Formats: sequence, structure tokens, C-alpha cells
Amino acid sequence: MGSKSVVTLAGVSALALYSSMAVGSLGSRYNFPEPQSIIAKETYDMHIWLMWVCLVIFIGVFSVMFYSILKHRKSVGHKAANFHHSTAAEVIWTIIPCIILVVMAWPATKTVIAMKDTSSPDMTIKATGYQWMWGYDYLQGEGEGISFFSRISTPRAQIENKEPKGEHYLLEVDNHVVVPVGKKVRVVITANDVLHAWSVPALGVKQDAIPGFIRDTWFTADKAGIYRGMCSELCGKDHAFMPIVVEVMEADDYAQWVATQLSASAVKTSMHVENK
Amino acid sequence: MAAVHGDTHGHGHDDHHPSGIMRWVTTTNHKDIGTMYLWFSFTMFLVGGFLAMGIRAELYQPGIQILEPELFNQFTTLHGLIMVFGAIMPAFVGFANWQVPLMIGAPDMAFARMNNWSFWLLPVAATLLIGSFFVPGGAAAGGWTFYPPLSTQGGLGVDLMIFSVHILGASSIMGSINIITTILNMRAPGMTLMKMPMFVWTWLITAYLLVLVMPVLAGVVTMLLTDRHFGTSFFNAAGGGDPVLFQHIFWFFGHPEVYIMILPAFGIISEIIPTFSRKPLFGYSSMVYATASIAILSCVVWAHHMFTAGMPAVGQLFFMYATMLIAVPTAVKVFNWTATMWRGSMTFETPMLFSIGFIFLFVIGGFSGVICAIVPIDIQVQDTYYVIAHFHYVLVSGALFALFAGAYYWIPKWTGRMYNETLGKWHFWLSMFFFNLTFFVQHFLGLAGMPRRVPDYNLQFADFNMISSLGAFGFGLTQLLFLYIMISCIRSGEKAPQMPWEGAKTLEWTHLPTPAPYHSFEKPPVVN
Repeated sequence: MGSKSVVTLAGVSALALYSSMAVGSLGSRYNFPEPQSIIAKETYDMHIWLMWVCLVIFIGVFSVMFYSILKHRKSVGHKAANFHHSTAAEVIWTIIPCIILVVMAWPATKTVIAMKDTSSPDMTIKATGYQWMWGYDYLQGEGEGISFFSRISTPRAQIENKEPKGEHYLLEVDNHVVVPVGKKVRVVITANDVLHAWSVPALGVKQDAIPGFIRDTWFTADKAGIYRGMCSELCGKDHAFMPIVVEVMEADDYAQWVATQLSASAVKTSMHVENK
Repeated sequence: MAAVHGDTHGHGHDDHHPSGIMRWVTTTNHKDIGTMYLWFSFTMFLVGGFLAMGIRAELYQPGIQILEPELFNQFTTLHGLIMVFGAIMPAFVGFANWQVPLMIGAPDMAFARMNNWSFWLLPVAATLLIGSFFVPGGAAAGGWTFYPPLSTQGGLGVDLMIFSVHILGASSIMGSINIITTILNMRAPGMTLMKMPMFVWTWLITAYLLVLVMPVLAGVVTMLLTDRHFGTSFFNAAGGGDPVLFQHIFWFFGHPEVYIMILPAFGIISEIIPTFSRKPLFGYSSMVYATASIAILSCVVWAHHMFTAGMPAVGQLFFMYATMLIAVPTAVKVFNWTATMWRGSMTFETPMLFSIGFIFLFVIGGFSGVICAIVPIDIQVQDTYYVIAHFHYVLVSGALFALFAGAYYWIPKWTGRMYNETLGKWHFWLSMFFFNLTFFVQHFLGLAGMPRRVPDYNLQFADFNMISSLGAFGFGLTQLLFLYIMISCIRSGEKAPQMPWEGAKTLEWTHLPTPAPYHSFEKPPVVN
């Protein structure tokens, strides 16, 4: 039987698949979305480099194993040797992985420390998870006092397959979280009912929202644009339907957005007062 | 030891035992109980598989087609619980029941009656779990990890799940105590600990892990139960509790649990590779030490499941380093298996194919595990399909492939009949192909940001989801082939030779007839 060629073929195709994953930077469908913040960039590069490390180890280990599978088989008349340990070999192949791990851990450690540093932000936004939408309060910095809810805007008919689905199907909301480009934004995150998670992959941010507790994270967006994410902690039936959309604006546009928001809410407040 | 021999009452143990259904209800024979464990776990595997087919059918296309979100969440939750607690764990206990006494030269398990009880708890627990689909509000829908406060919200289904987990836990603890006692007290004369087969070693270590962590699980589900019904606030911040506390306790159980499902798989592989390489296992003692190190390390890495829950940088770094460290003993195992194959005289019957497939795919799962250990990357892939791909590479092509390998390897000893080798090879290659079709693309889905536990997704994920679903349907159907192979082997397989595998060296092959008699090793063999 051609089991030899089958095995070789399987090995080669799996390797090809795996390496396509490592060089997948070519297309974002095989990899993280294009990074838009320093943390996302570091994470992205770290992942690519770890993929190469894994690929080298993979090829090393399995070329030995598949050589053995091809040559040391009974059907080609190979006689079994009888060795069963070698202290030297075992010490060596315990130490080598340790060294590789240290090399892997070093850049990661620096990024972890940077990720955790939420000090001296330019502005602070509170994100609150609800079943099933997000609430945002601009707590400090330019835009302080702005407050709104953000719900999915994909029509129900698209979800029920009664209408064709749009490009941003399930990733669109009525009110975007708007932030200025190049500013350090601290996001404090909590929830009102159950666990949720506030996640925007392109900005390298994901943090669980925990009812009764405050957690925080931060990002500084490199350029203007719209970045999308989804709730990333199971929160009940509409877990798939509470996206997060962050719109990054140039400083001037942002100032204008803030002015519009604040005057709109001033109108609302005054109307509220008059109605009383 | 004397207590279990129990054959002091005059008549020797011949094959007289109740027949029909009562044989199975009242049996205290480790082989009968092992068989029941294996059939039970395969049945649960089909039930869990059916749920998986439902999940993949819904995800075949974007939009909601078959399962409404509530039901979809029930499917994912029960798929996880049934596969972990109903299929994989009992299957390994089934192997332990059959093989541990045979491999250490003992006549039976130490606590034969408790053994019966540990098994018969399982159908009760399974009934509660599956029955919960039909109660008002449906089954638990908070994920197999049932994090509160979501799981505090659920209905009667959650309570049934909690009771079911309690019963399963009791069964596992009893099973583990039985295995520990059997291994420590009933080995044949001359079989020192460091002469035990690797399968026995891995189960000894696994059983200790089980005794350590199952009570923790029982504790945490009890706390959830009292939060739900008796006014406590362990996990409710409004009452002074903390939802994250649940996650810490759950994963203190949950991470060792991962190794509970893989260490016996390592054991099975470590029996099969030497047999079909016709060469002794390379680095036996380092294999034992590696297994023990993995078990110990597995108890100090739990919070790597919680990097996005928010913890101090020092905490993240500790759990990252500890997790990465597990790669070292795991790598040692892979190198030792490779060295065992090196310069052997290999043949590639189905058990060996599944073992090589195991190593190949488990290593991929191991790599994605190291990737997940790196905190910044984990934060990106947490709760995405990348994690789903990762743990299916270690649980399906890891634990499940090892179970298949073990079943093909020992079925001649158990039944005295051979399985159909051609069909066995088909089963392997089809499983291999469809498994990778299903799960490899999920790495890409996860990297691109598709969250897990969602019934619907953006169009950018559509093509990979379709590929994955097609793979899953193929994988599901392939497992019916396994059922067919096993049934036709048991019913009408060719008679197995006394020694079907020329390289096998453990006691069940060298000291017992094939098939193994109903009562074996009534006089312990002497091991040199």
C-alpha cells in the first residue's frame, strides 16, 4: 500500500498549511487585523515571530520523526535497535526548550507591563455592558460629560435572512464611541448585569466587564478610522448582537463632535427642565 | 489486599454470575465495569457529537437558520459538559478499569463494589444533564464553564446541571480512590513503582489530580447553588461577593482537569509506540518525571484562562511564565516518543497510526497553547475561535485519538477477536482529514476576531465557517464507521492470535490468554 506516500503527503500538506499561517501577514483574514495602536502592533509582531519559532521547531521535530517513519520500518527490513535512554540527550533536550521559552517570554513581558500602564491618560471613558448593549460615559478630558448608549443597528430582517446582509453585518451600531487620534484613552469598564467583555482587536484591547467591579485598559489610536469589535464574554441570548465600534477622528473633527454632542445634551437638559 | 481477593469462600471463581441485565447491574468485575464505562462514554460521545453537529449546522452560514440563540447557547453548553464529563473522562476510567489490573497483575480493582457504584452513578448524572433540555427554560446556557452572574440567571436547567456535576464528581472521586488503592497495593510481586507500565503511571498521577480537584468543583457548584436559591452572595458584588472568585475556583479545578484528560492519553501512546516500534520506551524515568511535573505545574497555572478578567501585571506574568514552563516536560515527552521510534522496526497498524496522528496534531495544539500563554496574544485570542481550535487539537486529536488508538490496540485482548484492519485505517485517515478540515481554519477565524459562543457572524467569516462545518459533518459520520468496526469486531471479527502485536511486552499480553478470561491473575504473576 502507498501508505508511505500518504504519510509524506499528509506531512507536507500539514506543513504547508501551518507555514501559510506563519506568513499569513499577507492577508488579514489569516491573521490579526491590521494593528492601529502600539500595543496591537507589538502583539502582532510578537505573534508573527513566535509563529516562525514554532515552525522551525515543528520542522526540526517532525523531519526526524518522518525520516524515522520512512527508514526505520519493518517493511524495508530495518532491525530494531535496543537503546532506551541517554542522559546526555535528555538533559540537552530539556535545556533547549527552556532557552527558547526565555527568548519568547522576554518581549512579551515588556508588552504586558506597557499594557497595564493606564496612568496619565489624556481622557477617560467609562464603558458599561448591559444585556445587550453598551453604555458610554466620557468621564474626563475633552468631551467630559458626554453620555450615550450604543446598540446594534443591523436590522433584524438581515439576521433572519429576509434581507441581504451588509458589509458591516453585526458590526454596526447607532452611536459610535468617538475618540481623538494620538491621545491616550483610558477605558474603565464595568457591567450592569452579567459579564461582558469590551474588545477592539485592531486597537489591541480586550477587557472583561464585571458587574460591581471596575477594570481598566488603554489605547492610543495611530490613525483616524473606524474600528470594530464584539462582546467577547458569553452574556446570554444576544451575546452575538452587541458590537463595539470605535471611531477615531482627527483633533479638529473630534472637537466639533464634542461641541455637537454637548449642545445636543444641553438642549435635552433644558427641555427637560422646561417640561418640569 | 486480602479483602479484595475474597475467594476464600470455598468455590473458586468460575464464570458463574447472573446473566442478562442483572449481570451488568450487579457486576463487580473490573472487565464488565470497564466495558460499561466504554459503552457509556461512546454513547455520550454520540450525544455530544449530535450537539456539535447542531452547532456547526447553525454556523454553516451567517444568519440564524436552525437554532435560535437561546437554544444555540444550550447546545454549546451541553456539548462541552457532555464531552468533558460524559465522554472523555469516563472513557479513560473505562480503560483504567480494564487495563490497570491486567497490567499490574491484580485480580480486580481494590474496591469492587464501589467500582459498580461509581459506574452506575453516571447514567443518573447523564439523565439529569440530557433531561434538562426538556424542563421549562431549557438546559443550562451559560457555557460549559457556567460563569456567574449569567448562570445565576438560568432556570431549572442550571440546577439539574449542578446536581449532575455533583454526581459526576462523586463518581470520579470514588473511581480515583479505587485506582490509587489498586495501583499502590495490588501490584504483582516484583513490580516496583518504577517498573510499572507508563499507562499505569499516568493513571496513578491522574487519579491524584482528580482527588485533589474534583472536591473543588463540587465546592464551587455548591456555592453557585446557594447563591441561586439560599440567599448567599459568593459571586454577587451587590452582596459583597465577587464574580471573578468563581472563575478562580472553577479554573483551579478546570486546568488540572485538562491534564486529567490528557495524561492517560500520554500513557496509552507510551504503550503503543514501543510495541509497534519493537523497541523499549525511550527515557522511561524521564517520562515518569515529566508526567509528574506536568501534574504539579497544572495546579499553578489556572489564571491563564482569565487574563482578560483583569489582574495585576505581576499576576499575569507569573501565570504566563508558569504556563510556558509546562511546554518543557511536554516537549520531553514528544522527544522521547520520537527517540522510541528512532531506529526501531516499525509497522503501521491502526493503533500506531492513531498514535502518530496524536503526536503530530497534539504538537500543533501544544504550539497554539504556548501562543495562548503569551499574555498580549492571549488577550487578542481570548474567547475567540483560536481558543476553540487550540483545545480541540489537544482534546480531540489528543485525548480522543489516544482513546481510539487504545481501543484498537486492546480490543483483541478484550474480545479475542481482531478488528478489520482496512476499515481501521480508513477510520484513521478520514478522521485525520476531517478533523483538520474542521479545526485548522478555526485558528484563522479566531485570529481575525470571531468570538466563540456566537450563533451568527459577519460575512468575512463565512467561507471558513462553511469549510469548518463540512469538516465537522464528515468527522461526525466517520465516527459511525468506528462504531461499525467495533460492533463487527465483537460479533464476527476474526479470531485473534494469542499475541496479535509482536512487540507487546506488558503483562496482559505476556501472561494471559487472548481473550483475557473473566477472572484473571487470581494468582499474581512474578515480575522480574
